[in-house]
Amino acid sequence: MAICAYGAGNVRSVELAFRRLGARTELAEEPRSVLDADLAVLPGVGAARSAMDGLRLRGLDHALRERAAAGGPILGVCLGLQLALDESEEDGGVAGLGLVAGRAVRLREGRVPRIGWAPVEPNGETYWFAHSYAAETDAAVATSEGIVAVVESGSFLGVQFHPEKSGEAGARFLERCLSRA
Amino acid sequence: MPLPRLIPCLDVAGGRVVKGVRFRELRDVGDPVELGAAYSDAGADELVFLDVSATLERRGSAVEVASRVAERVSIPFTVGGGIRSVADASAVLEAGADKISVNSAVLTRPALIAELARTLGAQAVVVAIDTEGGRVHSHSATRDAERDTVAWARECEERGAGELLVTAIDRDGTQSGYDLELLGALRDAVSLPVIASGGAGSAAHVAAALEVSQAALLASILHEQPARLRSLRDELRSLGVPLRDAA
Repeated sequence: MAICAYGAGNVRSVELAFRRLGARTELAEEPRSVLDADLAVLPGVGAARSAMDGLRLRGLDHALRERAAAGGPILGVCLGLQLALDESEEDGGVAGLGLVAGRAVRLREGRVPRIGWAPVEPNGETYWFAHSYAAETDAAVATSEGIVAVVESGSFLGVQFHPEKSGEAGARFLERCLSRA
Repeated sequence: MPLPRLIPCLDVAGGRVVKGVRFRELRDVGDPVELGAAYSDAGADELVFLDVSATLERRGSAVEVASRVAERVSIPFTVGGGIRSVADASAVLEAGADKISVNSAVLTRPALIAELARTLGAQAVVVAIDTEGGRVHSHSATRDAERDTVAWARECEERGAGELLVTAIDRDGTQSGYDLELLGALRDAVSLPVIASGGAGSAAHVAAALEVSQAALLASILHEQPARLRSLRDELRSLGVPLRDAA
């Protein structure tokens, strides 16, 4: 599996989490790695604009679009989910990868950033979140306190929470991703 | 709102966990990775590692601690102590930490908060505020930073901080209860999550803090005993505090 390494934060955490499950991981800094892997992971924390710039700089934006068009499994985590949408309202508006119809909008209720463990419905499992923006999309398949938590569209699966930091529950989630890929 | 969080705090100096009362009289009480992993197994929601020697001695061992912890622990953790630039902070996050905590560096140069938030995202930027008598202190609480605590909390929020870790210096290590008046004032003053710190002595103290704050930092109440965290979680549940089902 390939983990997109484009200067966006939590790459090592994601890598370590998959390695704990026995997966063979590769840090993908060029398009070929993204296209060839059984599973491509788009991690990400931080700001949307600099993250998109990081993807473009390495040609990973095209590679991810190409992979999605060919039906190759992609897992987007947190900002990685938001980048897969058409656009984000962060940083005055940033165009996304357009793998999933929808947009990332700023959280308007509760304390922001939204940080902590929260149950995800329908299955009720609790995962750790840390975000100020969330997806608005018809592709949502699970929510947490009314906020989009999981998005599925074609071969793309995106999660707003951080499975790599969600202890046992997160490990079980990543295991399922691996077995699907 | 996400569930209330219990966050064991490990003070680190020279790569070891140390313990002191009111920031003084440090002694060695264990290995940060071992203790962090044990707290994680005992149901910690997050961990905080504060290098208490870094600011005073100007050392940057935060990256090494982050890297070692990330290998073993799969819950979120914050690293603080000696972080003075975006480069310092990025290195800690790249090593596997989820948040960095800054204190003296942003009191000296508040613009650093915005720089950190812009690069790392607000969710990764914790501003630690050590306070006594409504005033902010810096440099491991050894200096009066000549700022009002609530005003500084507001300024941190405006500048882009993602979370506030607020320690009542006069309660720290005393187990006499959190400063609920201070925490209440901060709840009203900012819309960021607040981590309450200083004074936890009983489950009732922690439950009271979690009524007004989003998380409670736990230090001396745990006595470096992960089993104490487990029993504390049970006591809090029986008091009606909705904690996550860990493991």
